[in-house]
Amino acid sequence: MTLSPGEAEAMSLHEITVMVNGTVHTARVQARLTLVDFLREVLMLTGTHTGCEHGVCGACTVMLDGSSVRSCLVFAVQAAGSQVLTVEGLAPDPEGMSVLQDSFCELHGLQCGFCTPGMLIAAHDLLQHNLAPTEEDIREAIGGNLCRCTGYKQIVDAVALAAERLSRANAPKGSAGDAA
Amino acid sequence: MTADVRAGFRYIGQRRRPKEDRRFVTGSGRYAADVTLPGMLHVALVMSPHPAARIVAIDTAAALALPGVRAVVTGAELMQGTEPILSGLDLPSMKRYPLALGVVRYAGEWVAAIVAESRALAEDAAELVEVDYEPLPQVIDPEAAMQPDAPRVHGDLDGNVLYRRRFVWGPVAADFAAPAHKVAYRARWHRSATVPIETFGVVARWNPAQQLLDVWASVQMPKFPEHLARALRLPGSGICAHFDVDVGGSYGVKRGLKHAILVGYLARSLGVPVRLLEDRLDNMRGGDAHGPDRIFDVEMAFDDDGVVRALKIRAIDDVGAYAGRAALQLGKPITAIVGPYRIRSVAYEPISVCTNKTPEEAVRGFGQGPTNFALETGMDLIARQLGLDRVEVRRRNLIRTDEFPYTIPSGSSYDSGDYHAVLDKVLAAADWSTLVERRDAARAAGRLAGVGLCCCLEPSGGNASFEPLFNPQASNTTWMEGCQIKVDQTGSIVASIGTNSSGQGHETLVATVVGEVLERDPDTVRVVRADSLGALPSHSAVGSRMAIMLGGAAAGAARKLKQGLIAIGAHNLKVAAEACIYVDGAVALAADPAERLGWQQLIDIAHRHFHLLPPGTEPGLQASYVWEVPTGGALPGADGRVQMYPCYTFESHVVYAEIDRITGQTRLGGYFAGHDCGVMINPDIVHGMTYGGIAHGIGAALYERFHYDDDGQLLSGSFMDYLIPSAHEVPNIVIVDHCTPSPLTTFGQKGSGEAGYLGAPAAIASAVNDALAPLGLHIAVVPMTVAALGDLLATKDVQR
Amino acid sequence: MKAVDFDYLQPRSVPEICDLLAAGKGEARILAGGQSLVPMLAMRLARPDVVIDINRVDELHGIDTAADAVAIRACTRQARALDDPTVRTRLPLLAKALSFVGHRQTRNRGTIGGSLANADPSAEIGLAALAMGAEIEARSKAGDRTIPVGEFFVAPMVTALAADECLTAIRFRRWNEQGSLGTGFQETSIRRSDFALALAAVQLTLDRGGTCCRIAVSLGASGTKPQRLTEIEQALMGTKLGKAELTEAERLAHDGIDAVSDIHASAAHRRRIAGVLAARAIAEARDDAQSRRS
Repeated sequence: MTLSPGEAEAMSLHEITVMVNGTVHTARVQARLTLVDFLREVLMLTGTHTGCEHGVCGACTVMLDGSSVRSCLVFAVQAAGSQVLTVEGLAPDPEGMSVLQDSFCELHGLQCGFCTPGMLIAAHDLLQHNLAPTEEDIREAIGGNLCRCTGYKQIVDAVALAAERLSRANAPKGSAGDAA
Repeated sequence: MTADVRAGFRYIGQRRRPKEDRRFVTGSGRYAADVTLPGMLHVALVMSPHPAARIVAIDTAAALALPGVRAVVTGAELMQGTEPILSGLDLPSMKRYPLALGVVRYAGEWVAAIVAESRALAEDAAELVEVDYEPLPQVIDPEAAMQPDAPRVHGDLDGNVLYRRRFVWGPVAADFAAPAHKVAYRARWHRSATVPIETFGVVARWNPAQQLLDVWASVQMPKFPEHLARALRLPGSGICAHFDVDVGGSYGVKRGLKHAILVGYLARSLGVPVRLLEDRLDNMRGGDAHGPDRIFDVEMAFDDDGVVRALKIRAIDDVGAYAGRAALQLGKPITAIVGPYRIRSVAYEPISVCTNKTPEEAVRGFGQGPTNFALETGMDLIARQLGLDRVEVRRRNLIRTDEFPYTIPSGSSYDSGDYHAVLDKVLAAADWSTLVERRDAARAAGRLAGVGLCCCLEPSGGNASFEPLFNPQASNTTWMEGCQIKVDQTGSIVASIGTNSSGQGHETLVATVVGEVLERDPDTVRVVRADSLGALPSHSAVGSRMAIMLGGAAAGAARKLKQGLIAIGAHNLKVAAEACIYVDGAVALAADPAERLGWQQLIDIAHRHFHLLPPGTEPGLQASYVWEVPTGGALPGADGRVQMYPCYTFESHVVYAEIDRITGQTRLGGYFAGHDCGVMINPDIVHGMTYGGIAHGIGAALYERFHYDDDGQLLSGSFMDYLIPSAHEVPNIVIVDHCTPSPLTTFGQKGSGEAGYLGAPAAIASAVNDALAPLGLHIAVVPMTVAALGDLLATKDVQR
Repeated sequence: MKAVDFDYLQPRSVPEICDLLAAGKGEARILAGGQSLVPMLAMRLARPDVVIDINRVDELHGIDTAADAVAIRACTRQARALDDPTVRTRLPLLAKALSFVGHRQTRNRGTIGGSLANADPSAEIGLAALAMGAEIEARSKAGDRTIPVGEFFVAPMVTALAADECLTAIRFRRWNEQGSLGTGFQETSIRRSDFALALAAVQLTLDRGGTCCRIAVSLGASGTKPQRLTEIEQALMGTKLGKAELTEAERLAHDGIDAVSDIHASAAHRRRIAGVLAARAIAEARDDAQSRRS
């Protein structure tokens, strides 16, 4: 999103430096630019989506300094000096997918894909704290993310599968998980 | 094309990872909002705050003077440069432009468009546009709008009733007089919609050197390029609509014509790319994407045994201020007007009414969901009146499996089904008798508890034949679908389709079908989307038609390829084609399969060894196929009888619900859905859409409403007040599948994009009313909100 | 939905905040967690000239524990407070209230002070604070001020804070009555985590004999402001909170609150729910206290 000379002069711009998915970015932004718009329009990381811009649908969910937040309710200037993780940062490499992403593919935990990045971040947040979530834990973790396609069932199943796979991967050698 | 139903499929029906999922989980989907072009400008709208007003003057000077603003356009300018959008009804005087002309007819109607260097600047400028309105009398309630002295939404029309007709099929009067019992009731389906999480967005770029308008839109609109071309006064080949834009959910509503016409006009007149993305507030009141708003007055005449002999339905649909295609949603349900039941006489009186509210748009099911709700309300009332079990009433009325194909009074033939089997399956899966015990135990403990069920149809396949029924000018009798496949020199298969998808998994559908016919792994079949210039005809993913139509088209093209491969093989094996077998892409002698030409050999001949091709064969390896809807091609008779949709998917839901006596909150404690859509091409995709449809149905049944006050203001215009079910409100759902193949389709598949939504409100209402029954209460209005149930329960003073 | 442009300031200390508020260069709004303010900015319902982001003021983050009081500084995240062991053990009613607040993502940003200053009548934190008899600490250039929470909520979305004052902390003083403490928090919303239709917060002390020797009953989401229902408190003092007392409490709550109608519930419905929730919260607190007696 480029500003015309008139625009840039008329408003005060703030210089910010933010680390996003491990890469440091510096930019000059208007104060009123939200973090989600910064990610999408300045950094061209369009994986994070806006569905409501008033903090209800959760499509804009990202990790900010280790906590899942609604990026439509944070201004980019507020994220100066912070670390942001978006859906584009979940995969270990460009050709791969994380266990969570792969589980969503395995159990078709999505359809149109629009809520999916937010769902993945919310699930990622859960799995960082809890590798044995109950169905209620999973529904609570994604309770702030609206989906209109899936009815949530295959999403819940995918998160449960990811949790099971991750806890097996973490299990010490020679434990019951090896047999699976 | 005759059906080609085989007992076992190799790929069809197997669990397989949908191809599309990988790009979405990695954040590399490409939605309309992700399309960014150099020099692109952004649009914001000025919307009417009044539900009805004359536009006296529009002062755009201050807005234009704001730095960064490129243009401010009003209706007067726009109407010079575009053709009006016409109604789906025969209303030639109801011309509509994206921007209001002289009059506004609903709060949220677009009055002016700002084009600026950023959306934020465009919004700043929109606030500076001064519009002088002279409010006019408005009418908000549809029945009030039908009164002769009601304010007229359209001054040049003779009242607010846009369409009204009474169809009589069968000996209705006689069949109504004879039976011992009657029930008469009103069922009200308040306005809601499927409200996707992604709003509508469109980008357009005009290329003067090529005289071509490129369009990227989050759209689910049949003939979108054609309608856009007509409105912009371009030839059809002057529009290049890019169908490879991922759509973030649509479920019917993203028709987007007014948005695209506006943006197309702006791009052309300003000579720069232009993008319009609705924000959520824009979308809710000004996006013209509201859903059904119905009043059903129903009468059923039935015998002592609960068998319905005759049915009368009057259906009023409030389309809002303009009738696009939404009015036709009173017509499509004619294809299943008696539901899954053996009712031989029907009188159906659809009435389309306009009011000063946001226009309605096509919503998932195109009117079938509310109609099913109206019918099932009656079935439960019959059971109540006779003291019969509600399941038994269904059993006695359901069409029997030995009666298919079954022609209903309005002229459509149901292709196949075994409704009793599906009902039995879901009752077993739900363990109905245990649910009833659970309910009774809850009641004994003082709680309000109920079990409910529904039996509903999802007509699928899509056919235009309801259009001439409602508009004699529209003599469309079919919808078609096309698919092209090529195999290149390297042996790679690429199939090309010509429409957007919004989560239905069409790429996986086509790859699976092509793989099945060619006996090649679907993972090796790449599916791409042609743009509108390169695509074969398509009618988009509406009417639960794609499994049938796109599946059929892809199969047809694949069969042509297969025949071509067999011909090449036979020629080179020096035998007739009948002496060959085709196995996994190779062609061999039936008598001695060791004598064979492999896949790459056949490809090499097709592409490179012209001397080895059968004489008269086109070189290369490619085929295209366009299929028209099975059973299509007929115009309605004088009484309105006509074959509409070809295939009939059946669903039966069982629901357990408890209602809090004080708060009126409904909690769903068990949800089971029996589903028969014939052969499923990809079970995960079908199940996923059914779960999602049920979630939509839960929203419509319990939470969602576009709520208007008496002044025509939308009170639920954001997600704070329009309440969409979260993972807490949608319970775990169990689906049980059944398969009665369709004799009309390639693999026996029926359509299934609307499943769940078409039955859930009826099933939940059934459970809620069962819970209320011991109190002598009944509700036939959706949504059954906390507000509605709380006040209803208070009439019985049930606190203690 | 892009906000109207504003000047953005990021003070690093409380005196700096006060200077900025006192400077009075147009309308200023304080930005803490943003979960309430930013939607208002996006919808252009709030149009301040200046936004003062106080998130970087270190002295506004933290939980201070003393023998007779616990103070939570204004910018402490709701998530942090919910997870804090001190809050769970020393401020159980607040802990219960916090579990009803929003979703994880909103609690990760939303602050204790921000919720209080926003003064939404259906907010849980303010309601619990009211029952707990908390004190709001505020500072301006003129100095420090302590506002009893009973005087803090003036009207929907309006507090007793002056335009040049910044809320710095909320202090919860220990209840010193002899006996066992019990808490109850009840809420009804349409969907989980929606704005509440009605909510009730109760804190009480039962003496050794199981008689109530101190009780605070507050009701919220009544459309105006969270209210202490002193009539109920007086009726319940000195009783064992049995069935008859609970029925009376329900009736008094039903009759005693202001309620409004909207598309989500009628005023009559809100009253019915409020009455029942009050009784349930009192019973919950009573049972909670009794479980601690042994």
